[in-house]
Amino acid sequence: MIINHPLLGPRDASEFTYLGDASLINRPDWQSDSAAAEFHDYLYLRDNPAGTHRELWFHEQGDRSWLVVTRNTLTHEILATELARDVARKTGRGK
Amino acid sequence: MRYSALAIMRQVLNGHRGWTPAWRDPEPQSSYDFIVIGGGGHGLATAYYLAKEHNAARVAVLEKGWIGGGNVGRNTTIIRANYLLEGNQPFYELSLKLWENLEQDLNYNAMVSQRGILNLCHTDAQRDAYRRRGNAMMFTGSGAELLDTDGVRAMYPFLNFDDARFPIKGGLLHRRGGTARHDGVAWGYARAADQRGVDIIQNCEVTGFRIENGKLLGVETTRGYIGAKKVGVAVAGSSGRVMAQAGMRLPIESHVLQAFVTEGLKPVLDGVITYGAGHFYVSQSDKGGLVFGGDIDGYNTYAQRGNLPVVEDVAEGGMSLMPMIGRARLLRMWGGVMDMSMDGSPFIDHTEIDGLYFNGGWCYGGFKATPASGFCFAHLMATDRPHEVATAYRLDRFKTGRMIDEKGVGAQPNLH
Ligand SMILES: Cc1cc2nc3c(=O)[nH]c(=O)nc-3n(C[C@H](O)[C@H](O)[C@H](O)COP(=O)(O)OP(=O)(O)OC[C@H]3O[C@@H](n4cnc5c(N)ncnc54)[C@H](O)[C@@H]3O)c2cc1C
Repeated sequence: MIINHPLLGPRDASEFTYLGDASLINRPDWQSDSAAAEFHDYLYLRDNPAGTHRELWFHEQGDRSWLVVTRNTLTHEILATELARDVARKTGRGK
Repeated sequence: MRYSALAIMRQVLNGHRGWTPAWRDPEPQSSYDFIVIGGGGHGLATAYYLAKEHNAARVAVLEKGWIGGGNVGRNTTIIRANYLLEGNQPFYELSLKLWENLEQDLNYNAMVSQRGILNLCHTDAQRDAYRRRGNAMMFTGSGAELLDTDGVRAMYPFLNFDDARFPIKGGLLHRRGGTARHDGVAWGYARAADQRGVDIIQNCEVTGFRIENGKLLGVETTRGYIGAKKVGVAVAGSSGRVMAQAGMRLPIESHVLQAFVTEGLKPVLDGVITYGAGHFYVSQSDKGGLVFGGDIDGYNTYAQRGNLPVVEDVAEGGMSLMPMIGRARLLRMWGGVMDMSMDGSPFIDHTEIDGLYFNGGWCYGGFKATPASGFCFAHLMATDRPHEVATAYRLDRFKTGRMIDEKGVGAQPNLH
């Protein structure tokens, strides 16, 4: 698989490490009253879709950036790549 | 028809014209007492033990494709009971006992071969860990022997003992482990279940569940609605997809594992060898092909094929352990989709929906579990109580802090 890095261009997927579902960006609030239940769902439960899946890839052998890669889990086709930082900012996170 | 030497003799005399199909091809009935979704090893075994152990009469197995076309026919056929943890080891020992009697029980040649499994160790720490594991195995009667380097050399002189990075320091030998003919296991269970009246319905995909007030009434399929008192889901790599139709999210991700087979060679390897440090495992099939595999590809996928970096990684692992493997031509390779659970251990449990039961999360090790998985799932579905060796396989174990983290790597499916 070739991952089209938004800054560095096309890179072989073997340069990356996979973390999992991109929802892992949205860490629950540890101070909420239902934090235990929220962290359970966050850590362990997955949608696990057959088809379009947004997921986190770490460019470990490269610039060490985190990407959100949108990929079809039935065909391995990569539909989009974004910097995880930009995705987090879009949801109002970070500075 | 019962298979026997006499039956073969009779067929020889009449030119093999008298063999009958091994199972019927029935139309689905409008309702059943028990429906098992998924005609893989686990689903067929469940149906068989429902009929045999619990006298269930109205049982159906619904399979979207053909039986034996899933992981039960795609794996590297290794069966073993060499686990460490309490929640696991007694379960796999029960499985091994069922394997040992399987062919007599099913009247089918599943080519169960207790050729022995040797887990190699490459560091002192790994040897200590294997000593501990071996003790745990002895507690359940599975048997284990710790070999030193000379002991391993006497068995397999062709291994690369003096590798600078991973020298072979010994191994844990599990003599009762071995291999079985993978798709033969599905066929054997299918035939034996059919003979006890189970309807095996192929080309019948479950597309939804009919649930009212938290109670399951039946399943929607590509061949119409079928009512059921109890439904058990055993769909291996499709668990996420199928259970989503019942509105459930699972502690499971689907990943692909590849397997490889070389051209047929003369007998060189009479047991199974696993390479603890490099992650590679190899055996030789009865036809002579070396059968091997390694790590999963490591990212979510439902494509039944893998990618090249892992092919290269497996080949490197093989070469570093068993240099002569580089002389063999690779004939075939394929991938299978597996349910990777969050702690690497399986689930056999009822769900929050009344009448709906779940069996899954077998990761890359569910073939060896086939008999016990079916046995315990049938027990649960028939009695609503977990079988005593499968009490730990709960869906809520992450909530209650009772994970079974056999590998000790935590909640990261692509590390198991
Ligand atoms: C390459 C590879 C190597 C492996 N090596 C080993 C090994 O050496 N030892 C070991 O113990 N384990 C091994 N495993 C794991 C083992 O094969 C599986 O854990 C186990 O076979 C899964 O259970 P099963 O046989 O019931 O699955 P399957 O045979 O996959 O059965 C599930 C069935 O459900 C059907 N299904 C799915 N969705 C639906 C639906 N909606 N409606 C109806 N039917 C449906 C599928 O078509 C399929 O036939 C390996 C797996 C792979 C892929």
